[in-house]
Amino acid sequence: MLKFTPEHEWLKLEGDVATVGITTHAAEQLGDLVFVELPEVGAELTKDGNAATVESVKAASDVYAPLDGEVTEVNQAIVDDPSLVNSDPQGAAWFFKLKLKNPSDADALLDESAYKDLIG
Amino acid sequence: MTHLEAFLDQAPVLKQTPLHALHLSLGAKMVPFAGYDMPVQYPLGVMKEHLHTRAAAGLFDVSHMGQVVVKATSGKLEEAALALERLVPVDILGLKPGRQRYGFFTGDNGGILDDLMIANRANHLLVVVNAACRDQDVAHMQAHLAGCDVTLLDDRALLALQGPKAEEVLANLWPGASEMKFMDVRDASILGADCIISRSGYSGEDGFEISVPGDKAEELAKALLADPHCEAIGLGARDSLRLEAGLCLYGNDIDTTTSPVEASLEWAMQKVRRPGGERAGGYPGAARIEEDLTQGPVRRRVGLKPEGKAPVRAHAVLYAEDSPESPIGEVTSGTFGPTLEGPVAMGYVPAPLAEPGTRVFAEVRGKYLPLTVTALPFITPTYKR
Repeated sequence: MLKFTPEHEWLKLEGDVATVGITTHAAEQLGDLVFVELPEVGAELTKDGNAATVESVKAASDVYAPLDGEVTEVNQAIVDDPSLVNSDPQGAAWFFKLKLKNPSDADALLDESAYKDLIG
Repeated sequence: MTHLEAFLDQAPVLKQTPLHALHLSLGAKMVPFAGYDMPVQYPLGVMKEHLHTRAAAGLFDVSHMGQVVVKATSGKLEEAALALERLVPVDILGLKPGRQRYGFFTGDNGGILDDLMIANRANHLLVVVNAACRDQDVAHMQAHLAGCDVTLLDDRALLALQGPKAEEVLANLWPGASEMKFMDVRDASILGADCIISRSGYSGEDGFEISVPGDKAEELAKALLADPHCEAIGLGARDSLRLEAGLCLYGNDIDTTTSPVEASLEWAMQKVRRPGGERAGGYPGAARIEEDLTQGPVRRRVGLKPEGKAPVRAHAVLYAEDSPESPIGEVTSGTFGPTLEGPVAMGYVPAPLAEPGTRVFAEVRGKYLPLTVTALPFITPTYKR
């Protein structure tokens, strides 16, 4: 199941684990990314707290934790090649996997059509 | 309607350059900059715009900058030159007709009020100042340049054409381009428009700045862009290009608190204006600046190369060690350098730490990242001297 946040993250939910990334819309708005910093595996994230940082030539932007949980895996490929986030943001360029504290909290996130309405 | 008028009075009404409609038609992303609605990037994107400028030619709209004529009422250029030397610590009297040089207005405390280009136009001086400082610069000159008329040319646009193919692109419209050397200034009639061309720029590349009547600017820009070598380039790439070239951005790297010597700009102060020179002193803040020249400044603007991949941006605090106990200065500009394929920055460090190779640290998101003090520029400029 695919969910979205108003902060332009996507979550792919499989059981109590969410794979998290930034949306195509966000990647387009940010422009060419040149640097990605990901959380440590094992880090406990709090919803709306800083989870990762992405930087374009022009500016740094925060990526927020969409829900409470523990980071179980991070995608080193986007650290090695940040341009992957621009070329395949909702596929190969996932950011991290989160073991959700309360999987049912995901129900309150946006579905794809609600997110599309949001970005117009 | 009083309410509405009050509201309109407060709303930031952005000015537009003569190329505004062209930017929109090219799909530019527009941002407010120094009171103007300006293109920060085009569909190509900052990275490719930057690399294209270094590989071929880029066209920038810099019409927001102030173009100001300084003319002695007597008509004698020497009088205008000597008057401007009272505000700018560079040799203007020795500047030959058809030549341009860099300078700065200094304040009473020796800080920099703005940086500018000064051209000798035979019977007058043409100065180009930063958009954000334009009104204050014009008022400053009107107040202090006795016997001179100071006139803002607000009916002219300014285009910058930069990159290794700039000469070829411009020469297709005006063959005289090939005859010019770095910092030459010439009159040119291009597509029937009376232009003033200087071989200069703000990218570290060979290139030209073209002053053109506002109502002819779009036609000229379109003609330049019709050349397959030439792409429109926004303010985003302009910033990364100038930073790789080690050039200062007023308001970031230099301001009223930085002396020209601290800013490592003393190369712009010719011998004749320095202590012992024929026309030494006689400009605001001379005592402080001469002290910096003779005794050495307390701090220096230096290039900073982050050792890792993370960009270190303006206002990051610099430390001597990787701990919060030893703050030594601040980063004033920092970005990712597309040509260097890595982060680049500039900032101020205490003079004893200004030697290239010195290692310092910057705090970024709670971490202390190592940077190496590096000679500027980061790239090798390709000016046609």
